[in-house]
Amino acid sequence: MAIGLIGKKLGMMKVYTDKGEAIAVTVVDVSGNSIIQVKQKSGKDGYSAIQVGYGDQKEFRVTKPLLGHFKKGGSAPKKVIKEFRVTGDDQLPAADAKLDAGLFSAGQWVDVIGTTKGKGFQGVVKRWNFSGQPATHGHMMHRRPGSIGCRLTPGLVWKNQKMPGHDGVERVTTQNLKVIQSRPEDGVLLISGAIPGNKGSIVVVRPAKKKPAPAAK
Amino acid sequence: MSNIISKLEAEQTKKEIASFHVGDTVKVHTRVIEGDKERIQIFAGIVIARKGTSLNEAFTVRKISYGEGVERVFPLHSPKVAKIEVTKPGRVRRARLHYLRGRQGKDAMTVKDVVQNDA
Repeated sequence: MAIGLIGKKLGMMKVYTDKGEAIAVTVVDVSGNSIIQVKQKSGKDGYSAIQVGYGDQKEFRVTKPLLGHFKKGGSAPKKVIKEFRVTGDDQLPAADAKLDAGLFSAGQWVDVIGTTKGKGFQGVVKRWNFSGQPATHGHMMHRRPGSIGCRLTPGLVWKNQKMPGHDGVERVTTQNLKVIQSRPEDGVLLISGAIPGNKGSIVVVRPAKKKPAPAAK
Repeated sequence: MSNIISKLEAEQTKKEIASFHVGDTVKVHTRVIEGDKERIQIFAGIVIARKGTSLNEAFTVRKISYGEGVERVFPLHSPKVAKIEVTKPGRVRRARLHYLRGRQGKDAMTVKDVVQNDA
């Protein structure tokens, strides 16, 4: 576990490398992340984590108990609150530490967690990548699911049988994406490739779980 | 589009680009990397299209090479495009010269000169 940032997907663009190759990148706004609370294993909470807020919220839109929580942590009211757990108290940052795009460096591997675009009610071909059946030559089963089970034995449709239904709007983690540029001055990260969700959707950027962390700064 | 994206794109666009239009005959100087060495290769032909805006702007150059039509699309702001040199301005009335693709022989590479038309 490691500390990450909450951000907003702004859109995609391209970046040219020194060699003249174009890389498709997603621009993620990570400005205004602030630590609301530091939870310590040795303290009342019993585990080590930081609570991070993103996106300024008007004060009157926040309930009074929550406003008190923000004030106690010395943070402005925020729209989104998430927690990042760390292995031990010694890895916790100070309560007034600054969280910005500088947390990640260019070339670092990250995972991006987001909510995919909604697709509505979809058939099995789009939703589950079924192959479908031929369109012509007497077939009348073009995009239908086909058989969903046997007969008397087992006499039921198995659970988790893939069928048509609502697709999208699902939490997805895209692993092992490379940070191409980290720009704290603009409050953005430029991450190679595509990330889940629409423009304007909230995402979480964290160091990649399956790639080694960069050498200590 | 977000302001930040337009700002980031503006940073990467080339500040000085030779003015050229659809119909012009141009020489495009492209950087080619072979091993460790870099050299300039020239692709000469007629600009038949310009499309896109800002960092995504691109143009298509068509030439006849050994009797075979060859088209290449260059991203205008790519570092691989070193220089664009207009050898002969042309006057055309269309934004896309795809009609040249159907032409054979001399017609295939002929666009009216500016001088002829203005006279």
